[in-house]
Amino acid sequence: MAPVARPRLAVWKFASCDGCQLSVLDCEDELLALAEKVDIANFREASSAVADGPYDLSLVEGSVTTAEDARRIKEVRAQSRVLVTIGACATAGGIQALKNFGDVDEFRKAVYARPEYIQSLATSTPIAAHVPVDFELRGCPISKGQLLEVLSAFLGGRAPNLPSESVCIECKRRGNVCVVVARGTPCLGPVTQAGCGAICPAYHRGCYGCFGPQGSPNVPSMLTHLDALGVAPARQAQIFRTFNALAPAFRQAAEAAGGAAETK
Amino acid sequence: MSELEPASSRVLSREEFPQLFEALGESGYEIVGPTVRDGAIVYDRLRSVDDLPIGWTDRQEAGRYRLEPRGDRALFGYNVGPFTWKKFLFPARERLWTATRDGVSFRVEPEPTEGPRLALLGMRACELAGLAVTDKVFTGGPVSDPGYRARRARILRIAVQCGQAGGTCFCVSMGTGPAVRGGADLVLTELLAPGPHRFLLQASTEAGADVLRCLRGAGRAPSPDDLGQAEATVARAAGSMHRSLDPGGVPELLRETLEHPRWEIVAARCLSCTNCTMVCPTCFCSTHEEVPDLEGTKVERWRRWDSCFNLGFTELHGAPVRKSGLSRYRQWLTHKLGTWHDQFGMSGCIGCGRCITWCPVGIDLTEEIAVLRTPAPPAGKEGKP
Repeated sequence: MAPVARPRLAVWKFASCDGCQLSVLDCEDELLALAEKVDIANFREASSAVADGPYDLSLVEGSVTTAEDARRIKEVRAQSRVLVTIGACATAGGIQALKNFGDVDEFRKAVYARPEYIQSLATSTPIAAHVPVDFELRGCPISKGQLLEVLSAFLGGRAPNLPSESVCIECKRRGNVCVVVARGTPCLGPVTQAGCGAICPAYHRGCYGCFGPQGSPNVPSMLTHLDALGVAPARQAQIFRTFNALAPAFRQAAEAAGGAAETK
Repeated sequence: MSELEPASSRVLSREEFPQLFEALGESGYEIVGPTVRDGAIVYDRLRSVDDLPIGWTDRQEAGRYRLEPRGDRALFGYNVGPFTWKKFLFPARERLWTATRDGVSFRVEPEPTEGPRLALLGMRACELAGLAVTDKVFTGGPVSDPGYRARRARILRIAVQCGQAGGTCFCVSMGTGPAVRGGADLVLTELLAPGPHRFLLQASTEAGADVLRCLRGAGRAPSPDDLGQAEATVARAAGSMHRSLDPGGVPELLRETLEHPRWEIVAARCLSCTNCTMVCPTCFCSTHEEVPDLEGTKVERWRRWDSCFNLGFTELHGAPVRKSGLSRYRQWLTHKLGTWHDQFGMSGCIGCGRCITWCPVGIDLTEEIAVLRTPAPPAGKEGKP
């Protein structure tokens, strides 16, 4: 039998904290098996040895915040047979998308001693706003288990099995006591997609919505519910504007709660 | 319980009560029961009587649950919490089998079904009714679930009769409680004042009587006063229940009200979060997933709890059949209270009230049924009779 060429994997970074790429390296027990099944051709976070494209699978971390990155993502797409975004930045603009609701020039002046050195777009946008994306893996950061499912699905030539259900179902499967009902703690679990394993409620915190909106989020009811818990409208807008501020359901929730509409 | 043989019932004082734990241990059971964790009374392994929620009660209303001190030292002075006994018979995640590649074929190894014998201490009358429902679902048809069947055969059911009604329960109207009328191995009634703090234990099966025999004469035979006080305790619980759901004619009602405007109103509130189904003692839906390794040499089949509120639950050819929140809530309620009768010959609801308490927005099925019973205004003829 002729040796079968291993699929070539590339991992790319755009505007991000590198945490999702680290989740790839965090697959410690599975990393050797992965390296046997795929040729890790381009992964600068892990190795300075970089092989040219084309690539069979590109994992893209981060959002587009510069004109250079807007050009570079097109190059990445052109060299990639399958392109999967990893994490909230690449999928919904990330925490840095908060600048979309403010004045970037003002931020620049306030933060940097020499603002003229900073060349950045007025917005942070998800990868899918620039090029076609084959699959979006949610999370801030992504879940290692879900990443392995995506890789395993890619290798097996099947669709990844990642349900769009709420964090509540993960909470119940894990055996957490509901922090909303038993403590009155505001929690985005009912409108947030599962995947994290319900970590925050396990430590008595409400869900922060790191995995973005679940498949059928009921935003108006969630806002009424937050009212009933005594969360002020301005605060409601803030809790929907974190890592997934540009995800459509969360953006609408923040606007309905009274947050400024996207200005750009 | 009046037909019981005198030898099959005992009264233990509070001081003697730990001997029940010893007797259960001696009989080969691990004890699972109520304990305080994370601001709620949950069901977990118990090492001693001290693990019980001594002096605590649960105050419940729609969408709200709080623990409160009772002001006495009752061991079972609460109602039902966020979890059900279901998880010990039908775990939230369970590996069913593993397949390993073997040349051009593959080998399937089923998951072993051995496990500990569990004494489920503190099952309420409604929860025994729930057990009867899951027994029917998992083992009553032509195909019986091997994991459930094996775990079910290893449990000892120690019921506790309620001495108070919870804020959201409605077992009296559903005919499922609060008195235990069968389905348990041992029935326990906690007797508080008047008289000393004590426990009436009544065996209703041979397995229950075996445990009482392990007490080796501890305690004493019940007096007519004990039995009378036990009856009064349960009667007090029944009398203090405020919620009700008249189950009469509900399947027909639900068949005739599928287009009632109330569904729109409840769907506008429903978060599709799945909490009602997750806390329900009888919701049994699951999904299966294959978990392959990266090498492609081994695959595990897992079963995990699923819910009819998930879009993926009805996904066929890439799109869900029940796309709207309305269709999913209506499916849940019409199945639970209506078509469950057609499928299993009984109601899927046992009146425990968990779906009311643990719904973040406090949707109350007893209220929904009451509104569906009021005639819908004629569509498109506003203001006209």
